[in-house]
Amino acid sequence: MASKRKLVDTSDVQDLSDDTNLFVDEPPDDSDVDDNDTTDSSDSDSSEYSGIGEEEESDSDSDDLMDSEDDEDDDDDSSDGDDGDKDVINTVDDSSDDQDLLQSVTNNGENIEIKTEVKDDEINQHLDNVSSKTNQNKTKSKRKNETTISSDKDKTNDSLKDGKIKNEPLDNVDKVYDEYEEDSSDEEDIRNTVGNIPMQWYKNYKHIGYDVEGKKLIKPQKGDQLDDFLDKADDPNYWRTVLNQLTGQKIVLSKDDVSLIKNLQKKVHPTQSNEEIFQPWVNWFSSEKMIHPLSNQPAHKRSFIPSKWEKLKVGQMVHSLKMGWMKPSKTEEEQEKEEEEEDDMSYYMIWKDDEETEFSKRYRQHIPAPKLSLPGHEESYNPPPEYLFTKEEKEKWESQEPSERRMNFIPQKFSSLRMVPAYSRFINERFERCLDLYLCPRQRKTRMNVDPEDLIPKLPKPKDLQPFPTTQSIVYKGHSDLIRSISVDPSGQWLVSGSDDHTIKIWEVSTGRCMKTLNVEGRIQCVAWNPNPAVCLIACVIEKTVIMLNPGLGDKLQLTNTDNMLKSHQNTEQASDSKVPVSWSEFEDTDYEDGYRLKLTHGFDVTQVTWHGKGDYFATVMPNAQSRSVLIHQLSRRRSQNPFSKAKGLVQCVRFHPVRPFLFVATQKYVRVYNLLKQEMSKKLITNCKWVSSMAVHPEGDNVIIGSYDTRMSWFDLDLSTKPYQTLKHHKKAIRQVSYHRRYPLFASVSDDCTIIVCHGMVYNDLLQNPLIVPVKVLRGHTPVKDVGILDCIFHPSQPWIFSAGADSTIRLYT
Amino acid sequence: MGRATKKDQSGAATAFITRTKAIRRLQISLKDFRRLCILKGIYPVEPRHRKKAGKGSSAARTYYMVKDIQFLLHEPLMNKFREFKHFMRRLKKAYGRNNLNSVSRIKKTKPKYKLDHIVKERYPSFIDAVRDLDDCLSMIFLFATFPHTNILETKFLLMCRRLSVEFMHYVISSQSLRKVFISIKGIYYQADIMGQTVNWVIPHNVGFAHPTDVDYKIMKTFVEFYVTLLGFINFKLYNTINLHYPPKLLLNETDNEEMTEPVVEEPPVGANIRTWKKKAKRDPVKEARQARFVERETLEERLSALTQTLKTIGSSMEEDVQLDHFPSSETDNPDNIEQAKQDLQDMMKFQNLFKGLKFFLNREVPREPLVFVIRSFGGEVSWHESQAVGSTYKETDEKITHQIVDRPSMEKQYISRYYVQPQWIFDSVNAKMLLPPADYFIGAVLPPHLSPFVNEQDGDYVPPEKQKLLNRQRGIEEEEGESDMESDDGADDDNDDDGDQGEDAEEADDSDDDDDEDDDDDDDEEDDDDSDEEVSFKRKGDMDAGPSKKQKKDVQTTMSVEAGHIEKDDITKRLQHQKAEERKLAEMMIPKKKKRLYNKIMHSRKKKTQEALKLKQKRHEFDRKQKMEKKKQSAS
Repeated sequence: MASKRKLVDTSDVQDLSDDTNLFVDEPPDDSDVDDNDTTDSSDSDSSEYSGIGEEEESDSDSDDLMDSEDDEDDDDDSSDGDDGDKDVINTVDDSSDDQDLLQSVTNNGENIEIKTEVKDDEINQHLDNVSSKTNQNKTKSKRKNETTISSDKDKTNDSLKDGKIKNEPLDNVDKVYDEYEEDSSDEEDIRNTVGNIPMQWYKNYKHIGYDVEGKKLIKPQKGDQLDDFLDKADDPNYWRTVLNQLTGQKIVLSKDDVSLIKNLQKKVHPTQSNEEIFQPWVNWFSSEKMIHPLSNQPAHKRSFIPSKWEKLKVGQMVHSLKMGWMKPSKTEEEQEKEEEEEDDMSYYMIWKDDEETEFSKRYRQHIPAPKLSLPGHEESYNPPPEYLFTKEEKEKWESQEPSERRMNFIPQKFSSLRMVPAYSRFINERFERCLDLYLCPRQRKTRMNVDPEDLIPKLPKPKDLQPFPTTQSIVYKGHSDLIRSISVDPSGQWLVSGSDDHTIKIWEVSTGRCMKTLNVEGRIQCVAWNPNPAVCLIACVIEKTVIMLNPGLGDKLQLTNTDNMLKSHQNTEQASDSKVPVSWSEFEDTDYEDGYRLKLTHGFDVTQVTWHGKGDYFATVMPNAQSRSVLIHQLSRRRSQNPFSKAKGLVQCVRFHPVRPFLFVATQKYVRVYNLLKQEMSKKLITNCKWVSSMAVHPEGDNVIIGSYDTRMSWFDLDLSTKPYQTLKHHKKAIRQVSYHRRYPLFASVSDDCTIIVCHGMVYNDLLQNPLIVPVKVLRGHTPVKDVGILDCIFHPSQPWIFSAGADSTIRLYT
Repeated sequence: MGRATKKDQSGAATAFITRTKAIRRLQISLKDFRRLCILKGIYPVEPRHRKKAGKGSSAARTYYMVKDIQFLLHEPLMNKFREFKHFMRRLKKAYGRNNLNSVSRIKKTKPKYKLDHIVKERYPSFIDAVRDLDDCLSMIFLFATFPHTNILETKFLLMCRRLSVEFMHYVISSQSLRKVFISIKGIYYQADIMGQTVNWVIPHNVGFAHPTDVDYKIMKTFVEFYVTLLGFINFKLYNTINLHYPPKLLLNETDNEEMTEPVVEEPPVGANIRTWKKKAKRDPVKEARQARFVERETLEERLSALTQTLKTIGSSMEEDVQLDHFPSSETDNPDNIEQAKQDLQDMMKFQNLFKGLKFFLNREVPREPLVFVIRSFGGEVSWHESQAVGSTYKETDEKITHQIVDRPSMEKQYISRYYVQPQWIFDSVNAKMLLPPADYFIGAVLPPHLSPFVNEQDGDYVPPEKQKLLNRQRGIEEEEGESDMESDDGADDDNDDDGDQGEDAEEADDSDDDDDEDDDDDDDEEDDDDSDEEVSFKRKGDMDAGPSKKQKKDVQTTMSVEAGHIEKDDITKRLQHQKAEERKLAEMMIPKKKKRLYNKIMHSRKKKTQEALKLKQKRHEFDRKQKMEKKKQSAS
């Protein structure tokens, strides 16, 4: 804070200078001057300025004011001088001592500002509440050719007043004065009521303002320059006389004022002497209790009156204490003791021996958390060497996700117990367990403790189901390409096979000798021996034609019988149906000699031919011929007919019912059973497979098996349902052919995986008993060629033997 | 006809509730809900049909039983939680206003809750509680090693320590420890308490960094309950064997003097730190209090030393339970009684495994586990008195039989005692007998430490060491049951033919294992290379050889010698083939439903045998290498 004080010379007592500046202390002011609102600061200021105010001069000043006369000023001064003679003289002396000060102050009656920089701390020591307002004062107090005392109204007033009051006790500086007596800050300067305005506004008027009653305050007589000069010469107090601008009166500064100003200029403490400053520090506000109060300010009223609010609060507390809501707080010791006791006594017998435990319903539903599994050898700190990871295992462990790992640690070996470090994931594992305990949904799962032996169905042993083919006994070699079809003659003596090498071979079953080879034009799709034991006739499918062959082997009588039968039929009229695109023709001459008898030319490729049980009718399949895909031919009448007017899918296979007039037609997914007499469909079997490859009818006619390219074999019980009674999925590749044994309860399936699976399939006459199906033998021997394994199989009509024809161009007999 | 049932008004739809709904119904925060679930032991349940429980949606939600949630509604803890919420609100407000007076005042009114009723609720009978002790013990033993943090107060941790020590004392007094295993994770113990097997694990007593990705608050909530539970269990357990519950030591007067004298100036390891701090302030006014603390503290210290026996209630009678003698003729099967008697004797012998032995622990061995184990099996143990409170005798004691040492060598050794490594103790306990200490001498290469928790079934890999141990155990048994064995042999002799056939079949199985993939169960027996069984096989083979050869000779008379030989092989092979084929055919007929299960079982079996085989190979390789090295060494 920089407070600026103006020193204005009124007269020059000193000879050194013509114009003496008279300086007036402008008291530091913290209130806003313009507002005149100084109540706050004045309170505090009062004490500071008391020191200044204890002056005779100021006292006289006020007297002057009362008199409002210049002249008396001197008198008063003098009188004052009488009273406090020494003081005055002293001040004079002082002032003379301070010539340099005054010199520096003024020249030529001009106002010179002396800026007194007072350090913050200095000021603060005593002028605690002084704040910076001086900037405003600065402008205000710039005046020319005038000796002015620019001062704050209040301050002046204060000082004046103080001076007045302090008249008597002035001598006794040490005396403790009552600080409350001089608390007069609220009073206005009643001598002039113009307020805080630039007084030069009244420059041209006679008056200088108005008093309280509204009367004009007449400017005091102001001498001219000569008077001034005279004063300067005569008045010893001239150098310390200042003009109160507000009243226009001259004030003589007291000794103390002067010293204060001097102090300020010297930048030492304005009011206190050195001794005072360096007095020993008394810590008034220490923690020590004093017997006497620091101030004798009487206690405030409120300290005598009991507090109402306190009373209410206490009342509440008392009430709650009485009611037991509130308990007196315990001391620390008590609390500790209590806690200890609590620790000791907190446990008691919660499960009594004699108590009947009640299990709540909820408890019964409880699913206890599974216990953690116990560690194995590999977790040991010193495991057997085989449990340690090899390099690859370690790499694998490290590359795996933590959840994939079989163990959540790497087995390690330490040579002794003291080497074992702490396991860093110990806390994590416990924590995970905690999470599992409260976050993981629990479910009761019945653990299957099944002996796999129990899962295997109890079936009779194959041993007990003999006979069935077990070993491969004869291999029929001779064909040079895959054999599509084979057939055994009803007596079981001969075997016919048709191959892709355009030959039909007839073999003797018991020796494996090829009895006859017939070369034909085209591949042989299917061969079928006439089931009538009285007739010896083979139906062969060669692409679009079906040929009837008389092999010329076996019983001569039988052969001639066959020829006779064919010849006798020749006589009858041919009733060729225009709707059926089949033409019957006969072979002549050499062909006849070779055994060719009849030729049925079809419009499309024929895939299959099948005989009726009696050997008169046979059916052919032409899958591409739409509605004419199935044709039934009658050998005796040489007639062909188309039983269906509409195609129902791609026909794969047809079979006659062995005893009744039924025809089984297998399309890709369904098997339809037609009653040929009634000309209607009697059943539709749903095979549940994607592509039926073959079909066989049980010799009694109530059961059908279906083989499919999707490796399934289905057993249908026609009396039971239209859905498979049992589906066997034993083969690993597509099933090519299925067949029943005529006499034994056997059936077999052959597939591309080169196996023949022979099953025991017993059908009971009792309707309540379901058929018994037991696989009894897996026969191997064929080798696959271009992913094609076995193409055809057929049982021997009387023996439990089976023939199979494979893509490796061999026929094998298993007995 | 009743009214038609509406959808989602019965069954799974009403039995389950999602977590969000549960929280809404309980009107608490998720945090509180979790705490409550932990304390009350409520867990989510996986509904059998998610779709039904979710009223049509099969989204991945957590379901709780509605009953459980309703049960929570009546929980007095809920009120405590609310109170705590209010308390926190008040405290925060006071802090916010910087009103420290009221802060300290409010702090005193912190609501406390007790979990006693929950213990009784969750475990209506004592056995239930014992059954569920595993996690409880592991957690409390773990927390006893924790340093205090701002989540884990000292008092709480001390309580854990106290309870764990008390529990160990019970195990010692009741001699119920059964198995011990040092793993790389920690030390596993198995005790048999009230007929229940209880396992727990404690970490190795080595400092390690505490992970930061763990929510200690959750763990603390668990331990909060576990502390209550274990306290009650301890109380009950102490009662069952007539011990004072806050345990009291059985001290003679010299001990008492000693006890008051060493008021050590350093804070003890596991002792009450709070009291220690208090003690540090020497204040004449609090003399009495301090004395109390010191007493308490020393008691705790001595307790945690585990060397002193506890005071029993009433006269400490040596109860030697004599099994009542039942005349064997009266009961249905006298063998059972005999067996039970034998078992009991064995058990008594096992429990007093270290009886009469005096151990001295060197500085470097883990003291607490060893003291616990040795004392549990009736041994006496001590250590250097500068190491910890509670040592009972000095190293110079002539009667010491074993000194546990874990350093490569030692300068001063007494001739009168064995210097063994700590693993000897654990292995002996697991073997249920005192193993020859020679393998475990100071500086020796230790034999592998095997897990006692593994019970090898048929087809599992048995390490050779384990086999050795089994043989050793069995060898003792065989001495006792010699007669039985002999009679068995006799029986074998009688029905020679059957045995022959069976073996043939088995051998055939061996040879043909490679062919059939599914026939895994057959080769199980061969994979465990139990040498003694092989021996017995050989012996039997010798015996059987006589008559079978005779038979063969009979056959050979009709055939040429060589052809006969071939024939013999053919028969076995054919038989085997036939068996395998039959099995395969039978397998074919397994219905689809069971087929999957069957395949699974067979797959797992196969995997198991593969693993066993792998281990076996690894071991074989290792042994071979070792042999080579030995040879090299001997050569050089």
